[in-house]
Amino acid sequence: MKDDLAIDVRGITKRFGDRTVVNDIALQVRRGEIYGFLGPNGSGKTTFLRMLCGLLTPDAGSGTCLGFDLRTRAGEIKKHVGYMTQRFSFYEDLSIEENLDFIARIYGVAGRREAVNRSLEALGLAARRRQLAGQLSGGWKQRLALAACMIHQPALLLLDEPTAGVDPKARRDFWEEIHRLAAEGLTVLITTHYMDEAERCHRLAYIAYGNLLTRGTAAEVVAAAGLTTWEVSGPGLWELAESLRGRPGVEQVVAFGNTLHVSGRDAAALAAVAGEFSAAGRAWRRVESGLEDVFISLMETARDNWAA
Amino acid sequence: MTSHAFNLRRFWAVVVKEFIQMRRDRLTFGMMVGIPLLQLILFGFAINMNPKHLPTAVRVADPSPFARSLIWSLRNSDYFAITEVVATEAELRERLKQGRVQFGLTIPEDFARRLLRGERPALLLEADATDPAATSYAVAALTTLAETVFDRDLQGPHATLRAKPGPVEVRIHRLYNPDIITQFNVVPGLLGVVLTMTMVIITALAITRERERGTMENLLATPVRPGEVMIGKLIPYILVGYVQVTLILLAARFLFDVPMLGSVPLLLAVILAFIAANLAMGITFSTLAHNQLQAVQMAFFYFLPNILLSGFMFPFRGMPVWAQWIGEVLPLTHFIRIVRGIALKGNGVPDILPDLWPIGLFVVVMLSVAINRYRQTLD
Ligand SMILES: Nc1ncnc2c1ncn2[C@@H]1O[C@H](COP(=O)(O)OP(=O)(O)OP(=O)(O)O)[C@@H](O)[C@H]1O
Ligand SMILES: [Mg+2]
Repeated sequence: MKDDLAIDVRGITKRFGDRTVVNDIALQVRRGEIYGFLGPNGSGKTTFLRMLCGLLTPDAGSGTCLGFDLRTRAGEIKKHVGYMTQRFSFYEDLSIEENLDFIARIYGVAGRREAVNRSLEALGLAARRRQLAGQLSGGWKQRLALAACMIHQPALLLLDEPTAGVDPKARRDFWEEIHRLAAEGLTVLITTHYMDEAERCHRLAYIAYGNLLTRGTAAEVVAAAGLTTWEVSGPGLWELAESLRGRPGVEQVVAFGNTLHVSGRDAAALAAVAGEFSAAGRAWRRVESGLEDVFISLMETARDNWAA
Repeated sequence: MTSHAFNLRRFWAVVVKEFIQMRRDRLTFGMMVGIPLLQLILFGFAINMNPKHLPTAVRVADPSPFARSLIWSLRNSDYFAITEVVATEAELRERLKQGRVQFGLTIPEDFARRLLRGERPALLLEADATDPAATSYAVAALTTLAETVFDRDLQGPHATLRAKPGPVEVRIHRLYNPDIITQFNVVPGLLGVVLTMTMVIITALAITRERERGTMENLLATPVRPGEVMIGKLIPYILVGYVQVTLILLAARFLFDVPMLGSVPLLLAVILAFIAANLAMGITFSTLAHNQLQAVQMAFFYFLPNILLSGFMFPFRGMPVWAQWIGEVLPLTHFIRIVRGIALKGNGVPDILPDLWPIGLFVVVMLSVAINRYRQTLD
């Protein structure tokens, strides 16, 4: 049963000084799963990934990564994990090809030349292989980093915002590729701030201020939040939003194009508010809560707890 | 367990990468060749601890054949260049005060008469001794000169006034550098100074750079081991060190005619140990520094005692004991002794051993500090 889990950690905690940045997180990720890791800026996502691949030592907690103990077998873990850093961390003064070649050598990739060539072809950078990595645009750097961390065919990918700044077409190609590899058994733990990407993951975890707040499939996460959302359309939405804030039952009011999303966990209170403000040519309609509504709600609740 | 062993393949990956990066970094590479050349020119050509032809003003209050003999032989000596003849004491002082002359020589009134009467008249040499090094050789030269300069003038009955030999004869053999040529002392020392300066800074930068540019995060996430990274990074710099050594040795031979009495292969072998000492120091700095600026500052901090206390610029035995102790810790001190010994004295292995083991000890201590401090994590 255990062999089924690519990541199986409990109680993972990390403190910087007296600030707890990751607080008692448990996470199980099955092999072949694409697991989304979401949370606001500074919530501890990068720190958590770094602990998984042995870059940081957890202050507490234990577990295994690919069956290797996190604390004692970091060397083995590193061989089979591909970690893509949030910030570009390849050598800007090496060419694209030299960077890939370096990584391939380090991992001892069999048939190194071919592997590098294949990677370059797949990237569509074969013609620019001699260009210095530092001269690439932001999105291309991102794609190079992604290609580099997959060159040794890892069993687990830890991707820290791999698609930040990448154009939609490349993003779609990336997700196609990830799903193809996952079908072949690759496990992916990926952090992102994009909702569409969150929905493309098999399962999600949401973390805020170091605490894991919720996890499950997108549908489970939405259901567990117990959020009711109304969509309002009509004139004077901006003024309406101002007057809705602070009403009992109204937890968030968000502009969505020409409509307003009003959500809260107290369905009855929210229905009352809807009745009260439904005049003046405005239409109120119950809609499905989206992941974004859920996450914003989670984040605000977490902040309240944090402040308290 | 295999991942804990030193892996040649990963080590080689680092070496290849470092070579490419070094090739791209033209400025640094240029500096590593430029610094030795610049120092060779500055120290080799510009510094002279035994200055000659120093400007001298003479006041002759008693023009006599003796005065003429004295001035003539001063002119012929290497140390004094008589640039002015002045009339009064005040003028002489003025020249000294303004720094226009290094020496003022007064031949007093009645010099000749008193000399012939056997009264041992005084010749007054006033020296601008603000810089002691600039005057000492010249002063000594004049003392020696005064003993014999009047011998030709003291003929016949006056011959008894000639300086009498003392009860013993002092024989001085200036061994290894009979002509007191500063370059013979400085250029071999320069070998150590250049290596210290460039090797420490370059390696201190090499690892801090990885951290500062963020590439360390990637490197640490790979299976590469600290030993592989460190030694892999050092190999290219060892080669650079030998390029510098070659430049300096060629200059020593063909530009400065420094003798090389000992064995060149032995010297090259000792250099390897010395380069290792500097690289180990550089790595240690890099594990302490948080960014490249700090690394450079530390390297400079280290450089200062090396220049001053190693015996490169100032005589080691002239330093107070505490300074000598500091000097003894520095690899440069021992290296300079070894190089001077091999080149000028023809020293062999047994002669250099007392200075070789401290360098070896330094390497071992520094490397263990570095490997201990090298973080395998970002904590
Ligand atoms: N080396 C460190 N020393 C001290 N504090 C740190 C360190 N690294 C991270 N932190 C702090 O830990 C917190 C979590 O940082 P982390 O980078 O894990 O957040 P994140 O979830 O990845 O954020 P983002 O979405 O912006 O990437 C932040 O408040 C950050 O300031
Ligand atoms: Mg992050």
